[in-house]
Amino acid sequence: MNERTHVIRFANVEQTFGRDDGSAVTALEEVTFDIGRHEFLAVLGPSGCGKSTLLRLIAGLIFPTRGTVSIYNMAVTEPRDEIGIVFQRPTLLPWFDVLGNVTFPLRHKYGRVSAADKARARDLLALVGLSDFASKRVDELSGGMQQRVAIARALLLDPDILLMDEPFSALDALTRDEMGFELLRIWSERPKTVLFITHSIPEAVLLADRIIVMTPRPGRVREVIDVNLARPRSIATLSEPAFNALANHIRGQLFTRVVA
Amino acid sequence: MPSPTISAVSSSPASSPEAKTQIDAANSAGKPGRPGVWRTWADRLAPAAAFIVLICVWEGACRLFRIPSYLLPAPSAIVIAGLNVTPAQWVGNIGATLRVALMGYVVAIAVSIPLAVALVSSRLLSRTLYPMIVIVQSTPIVAIAPIIVVTLGASDLPRVFITFLITFFPIVVSTVTGLMATPEELIELSRSLRAGRVREMLHIRLPFAVPFIFSALKISTTLAVIGAVVAEFVAAERGLGFFIMFSTSFFKIPQAFAGLAVLVALSLVLFRLCSLAQRWFVPWSLPKSER
Repeated sequence: MNERTHVIRFANVEQTFGRDDGSAVTALEEVTFDIGRHEFLAVLGPSGCGKSTLLRLIAGLIFPTRGTVSIYNMAVTEPRDEIGIVFQRPTLLPWFDVLGNVTFPLRHKYGRVSAADKARARDLLALVGLSDFASKRVDELSGGMQQRVAIARALLLDPDILLMDEPFSALDALTRDEMGFELLRIWSERPKTVLFITHSIPEAVLLADRIIVMTPRPGRVREVIDVNLARPRSIATLSEPAFNALANHIRGQLFTRVVA
Repeated sequence: MPSPTISAVSSSPASSPEAKTQIDAANSAGKPGRPGVWRTWADRLAPAAAFIVLICVWEGACRLFRIPSYLLPAPSAIVIAGLNVTPAQWVGNIGATLRVALMGYVVAIAVSIPLAVALVSSRLLSRTLYPMIVIVQSTPIVAIAPIIVVTLGASDLPRVFITFLITFFPIVVSTVTGLMATPEELIELSRSLRAGRVREMLHIRLPFAVPFIFSALKISTTLAVIGAVVAEFVAAERGLGFFIMFSTSFFKIPQAFAGLAVLVALSLVLFRLCSLAQRWFVPWSLPKSER
């Protein structure tokens, strides 16, 4: 497992943000880890541990105060096309139909959408299970369906890397479980390097190859856990002893006091 | 400001027909076949009926208590006074007010929306211009209207400018609010695509501001009419504002009321047209119940 080639590398990354009153907050401190090619990495931690900062660093939306974030051994100095992002809220555009939302990144970047692009968008809608909804208005869709549209939108430019910032945390519990399995299916059909941010322990264990457990304020890597559960994973995975043992272990990690 | 109440009245019958049908179904169980037809009609006619009752009470009170027409003319007296004014006079006065109001309104839109975009795009501009805009808004326009007329001379220009001053502020404020209300995630998405600030504004921020802009445009239709009338009070030889002033100064109070009624009707029509434009061009910007 350790022989995998890394796609994303964090090396001693420190991130501080200036506040309006002049003081600084350290969001991340000495963060070092790699993400391998087509690896599914979950980042788990309480609120305020800088999880979303990790995502924004990879996306090139912000740059580290110290250390480097690199993709394919190149330091990230600007936003990159080969990254798809799915946010906690679907944030679809109400003035476009579903297909228009999926093709929006192309329209936004190049100003036009070709017939071939639309065909590709339809394929993606089929992939996320929304073939029949291409011309629906987005406010006619449920929250889970809207998030499927957001996933299709993130996949439009065929990115190598998929960044997901608590994508299912705004959904109800049943839809959330369903979306987890859907994501695994989509990921097996379109392998991507995935960074998946969550604060749900079962979700992280079910989905990920590895889990990074973070500490809060400042965010540090507390533990990196290999999830050696067989794939493909299914509902049966949830009742495996190894699944529960791992979840319990992480729970113990998160709920003991941090010794600095 | 009459517009919010007007909008509530005019939109409520359209907004909840489903809810009413359910109530009807419950209430008219004894009338199979066409449940709720009577209720639906009652619902539609209720605003008009209330208005008619009000007019009747007004008319009755004027006759019963012999209120002199220079204090409060009866509705019938107002209608008669209105009919005594020649159609050509009406058309001339309405046309003059409408022209000033619409020109001021269009100028206000043309200035306000780009100004709002500039305010949102640049922190420096925002810090420099916003206080000035607030100062202009805080100045009682009625008080400086005579000065504006002196400065800009006797033409439509001062009247359009006064209308503009009264109209532009809500549009600026609402547009800025709308542009700032864009979800942060979409801005990040735009930046991650390196689409550029212009596309970010055109493809994301401005469309997101449309519901806010239309709220302001609706309010501003009535403000534009008010602006035109204020300008006509100060300096005009035509227009509904002038007509009301003129009628009052000759103690033709019923005629002044007729002018007022036409003015209200004009505001209502403009407000309605603006609502229809929104429903026609950008239906997604309306709440689901009002589409």
